[in-house]
Amino acid sequence: MRLSRSILSFFAVLGVVLSLGLSSPATAQQNAPVNPTASSVREDQLLNALKPGGAAEIGGRITIPDGKAATLIRPAGREWREFHQGTMHLVGAVAILGMIAVLVGFYFTRGKIMISGGPSGSTITRFGAFDRFIHWTTAGCFIVLAISGLNITFGKVLLMPIIGEVGFSALSQLGKYAHNYLAFPFMIGLALMFLVWVKDNIPGMIDVQWFASGGGLIGKGHPKAKRFNGGQKMVFWSVILGGAALSVSGWYLLFPYTAGGVLNLQFWNVVHGIVGVVLIGAMLAHAYIGSVGMEGAFDAMGSGEVDLNWAREHHILWVEDEMKKGVIPARLQAAE
Amino acid sequence: MARMKFLCDADRCIECNACVTACKNENEVPWGINRRRVVTINDGKPGERSISMACMHCTDAPCAAVCPVDCFYVTVDKVVLHSKDLCIGCGYCFYACPFGAPQYPKVGNFGSRGKMDKCTFCAGGPEADLSPAEFQKYGSNRLAEGKLPLCAEMCSTKSLLAGDGDIIAKIYKERVVKRGYGSGAWGWKTAYKETVAI
Repeated sequence: MRLSRSILSFFAVLGVVLSLGLSSPATAQQNAPVNPTASSVREDQLLNALKPGGAAEIGGRITIPDGKAATLIRPAGREWREFHQGTMHLVGAVAILGMIAVLVGFYFTRGKIMISGGPSGSTITRFGAFDRFIHWTTAGCFIVLAISGLNITFGKVLLMPIIGEVGFSALSQLGKYAHNYLAFPFMIGLALMFLVWVKDNIPGMIDVQWFASGGGLIGKGHPKAKRFNGGQKMVFWSVILGGAALSVSGWYLLFPYTAGGVLNLQFWNVVHGIVGVVLIGAMLAHAYIGSVGMEGAFDAMGSGEVDLNWAREHHILWVEDEMKKGVIPARLQAAE
Repeated sequence: MARMKFLCDADRCIECNACVTACKNENEVPWGINRRRVVTINDGKPGERSISMACMHCTDAPCAAVCPVDCFYVTVDKVVLHSKDLCIGCGYCFYACPFGAPQYPKVGNFGSRGKMDKCTFCAGGPEADLSPAEFQKYGSNRLAEGKLPLCAEMCSTKSLLAGDGDIIAKIYKERVVKRGYGSGAWGWKTAYKETVAI
């Protein structure tokens, strides 16, 4: 095969040499086709070469000092735009409106979860001042971050028609600064919450049982739980992991020149947006069950003192532990 | 209605960068920003080409679509402009633009990038035509004076064309037919979802 090909090419070369020899040099020059584009770079070839997984940008060399300007065309911008104006709106609407619908539905079917034995009148300390301080620092930041974040995606549609473009621009500018600066106390709060509560949030078999018996949300009775039940551990880990994803992605968006290019910024923006709205949905559920959804629950983060009957129903193993430690006064222990 | 477009005939561009300098000077563009630039593809290889690129004033512009405060608008000539008074410097147009046109005056981290700046097709901004406020924020408004963008008007090889999209497409097409080659209307497919059919 290879041999026959080389024999063929030998004859082909021989033919070319012979024909060149026969024609005069002058006519050969005139007839030779001049085609400056034979090897010229063409836009359509470069665009076709931009396949998923391959290069995403057409770029070259530039003589001005700004190296970033060397990218000529970056079609991925159009895809990010499709995401931001389509998927992002859809996911955000489903996560937030969907969660609100679920919570309203839950309220009207299950109602407010009451302390079945009624309040005992005696309380036990659930969260000390520092616990509550870091919770509310993080929560307060999160609320402002969530609203200013949603404003960037939905404000143009929902708020701008009401307050006009000048007022909306001023408000969004304020929201942007709030978002940028409150990110830092949020991240500090996140780190502190992790350090303070991680020891009580390690998942175990008891959480599997808690979920298997409906967590006290579905059906009757209260599954046993330690300081934090399965549902609370889920809230803890979604805040820690979701918060970490928001912190990392937000860091790059805040310091764009550390991200390494626009394509990375597009990626971090997608992460930031999706994790943001999912976490907002989760926090709506957390806020519901911690306030209007359950009798006695708000006290845990309000005064820090919870009713003993509430604690026994929801966190019996934690109450027993506290009793062993002697945290609970003897007169209350006797009452049991 | 005509749509204003740029077309860079890369087979004529000699990478002199005069368009870059003319733009900076005509519009008093802030330090660190180049509204126009010349990129050389396959530099040093046979068939290298240089392309002068700026904002392409896209149809259905991605910058305008993603802007959270809707600061973009399109003129009667279909030039995509924006209001620096409404811009909050969030950077979304910069993520979405396929041509790297939006830029910020400050390398500022912490979101303090300042107001976005980009090519205006020498058509100024929302302020009154040819007012000092308009010049200070956006630069020259040559369109209001009946002139075309300076980058294209002073291009020595007439590589960079600016004007009514149909007319400049016709000029480019005639050139390609006559000389027998052309490397394409760079950016047109991405900006207008169409190219110059030869």
